[in-house]
Amino acid sequence: MHKILIVGEHDGKTLNPATAKCVTCASAIPDGEITIALLGADTGAVAAQAAAIAGVKSVLRVDRPENEHPLAAAFAPQLEALAADYTHVFGPSTSFGKDLMPRVAALLGVPQVSDLMAVETAYRFKRPTYAGNAIVTVEADPARKLVATVRVASFEAARAGGTGAIDTKTLSVALPSHTRYVGAKAGSTDRPDLQTAKRVVSGGRALGSAENFKLLFSFADKIGAAVGASRAAVDAGYAPNEMQVGQTGKIISPDIYIAVGISGAIQHLTGIKDARTIVAINKDSEAPIFEVADVGLVGDLFQIVPELERLVS
Amino acid sequence: MQKIMVCIKRVVDYNVRIRVKPDGSGVLLDGVKMSVNPFDEIALEEALRIKERGTNIEVVAVSIGVADTQQQLRTALAMGADRAILVQTDAAVEPLTAAQTFLAIAKKETPDLIFLGKQAIDDDANQTGQMLAAIWDRPQATYASKVEISGSKVSVTREVDAGLETIEVDLPAVVTVDLRLNEPRYVKLPDIMKAKKKPLDVTSLDALGVSAGALLKTVKTEPPAQRQKGILVKDVAELVEVLKKKGLI
Repeated sequence: MHKILIVGEHDGKTLNPATAKCVTCASAIPDGEITIALLGADTGAVAAQAAAIAGVKSVLRVDRPENEHPLAAAFAPQLEALAADYTHVFGPSTSFGKDLMPRVAALLGVPQVSDLMAVETAYRFKRPTYAGNAIVTVEADPARKLVATVRVASFEAARAGGTGAIDTKTLSVALPSHTRYVGAKAGSTDRPDLQTAKRVVSGGRALGSAENFKLLFSFADKIGAAVGASRAAVDAGYAPNEMQVGQTGKIISPDIYIAVGISGAIQHLTGIKDARTIVAINKDSEAPIFEVADVGLVGDLFQIVPELERLVS
Repeated sequence: MQKIMVCIKRVVDYNVRIRVKPDGSGVLLDGVKMSVNPFDEIALEEALRIKERGTNIEVVAVSIGVADTQQQLRTALAMGADRAILVQTDAAVEPLTAAQTFLAIAKKETPDLIFLGKQAIDDDANQTGQMLAAIWDRPQATYASKVEISGSKVSVTREVDAGLETIEVDLPAVVTVDLRLNEPRYVKLPDIMKAKKKPLDVTSLDALGVSAGALLKTVKTEPPAQRQKGILVKDVAELVEVLKKKGLI
């Protein structure tokens, strides 16, 4: 029997949808039993959400004041202690999980499988390398604990309907004082979250300015889409970093991805190849984005986007 | 602040379009241009800027890899690192092994700060910095987009999914850097000449007491699934029609 511990991501109020995607991934491990660990100041509300995910056997609440903000240096030793009872420890491949899980793996003295995208056996997985241009199958030693981050774009969220047991765990783990949370500046947006949106409209350098991005926001609002940007657009200062889609930004899997004025650098394509349908709008008919687009339209985005907005409403 | 260590990886150049070997045993690397991992270049640039703002700060560039990795360390020296250390090995070095190796060097060098790129663009693992911080039992500040040092503390603004987050850590610490921290300088010819005279020490995993055992076995390497080539539409009206038919808008 494999006992899988998933590190739940949350903000104290809402469980991040990445967690339910990790559950789907963990469900592919043969003969497995899934537990979600929640570290926080008060995980009562999120524990109920986690327990309701189908396939979750139990939820472990580790509440203490120091856990209010997810600092890897403080979370890792607690997860190291929790891991003792499990064969697998999974976390989401989000900035939270990518920061935390390697620290957990190193404390356990085991390697980590990053961005797990497919489960072949309990110890054999696929993961992307070279910006998704080479997929490797890796095999870990069953004698060791397996730590992995789950590439959330590769898995659908597990459904609701579970009735997992909720337990409270008190750990006598000393926490370091060398790392302190100062504050966060969240990108203020009422739009859907880029990583979970069904529809995404994304802009590239061809937008030409931050001002022109309003064109995309207006259209996106009309169809209820999240807005993303290419690295070139972010580097040029047209859009904030949290909007970046691609190898070093967000990896997304919407039903529809509309790329506007994005040439399609390989690092960008890495972030969107799990989209069901890719639409490309670009004035350069030779742009690499058309190689991967399901539907392409060659033309001037400044005419096309407003017209598109008019025709869909 | 007296010493900053920067970890550098030799990787296939950013602009090379890699190809998977037909027999699935890996990617074709023969004759392919190799460079300093771009994130590590940003890490080095940040160390150099701190050095230039301070007094008597030494910047040590460290790498692990084949003999030719000296080329990338020479680039680091040309950019402005004071000296370099190569842990020479032909073995494929996994992140945990790399972290153990850098720890062995850190114990000798006792740096105040260790900078690394947030990930290497070959294995895209995004692990080494965090693992190093863990086994060094020191703070980690990953995905840095701003680094401010004041005395024995460093304040780091991090690029996270929700936007930006700031944490404060005590030195010594490990900082991994993201794209927007800075723009690395270009290396000038006189600097390349000067770099040839800077010290570059070569050591080995054995000498450091680290074993390179493969913890994860790579069974197969394959190209990604290709998307089917799509259709071109002639105008916006047709685009809307196609999307409506697919039930997408």
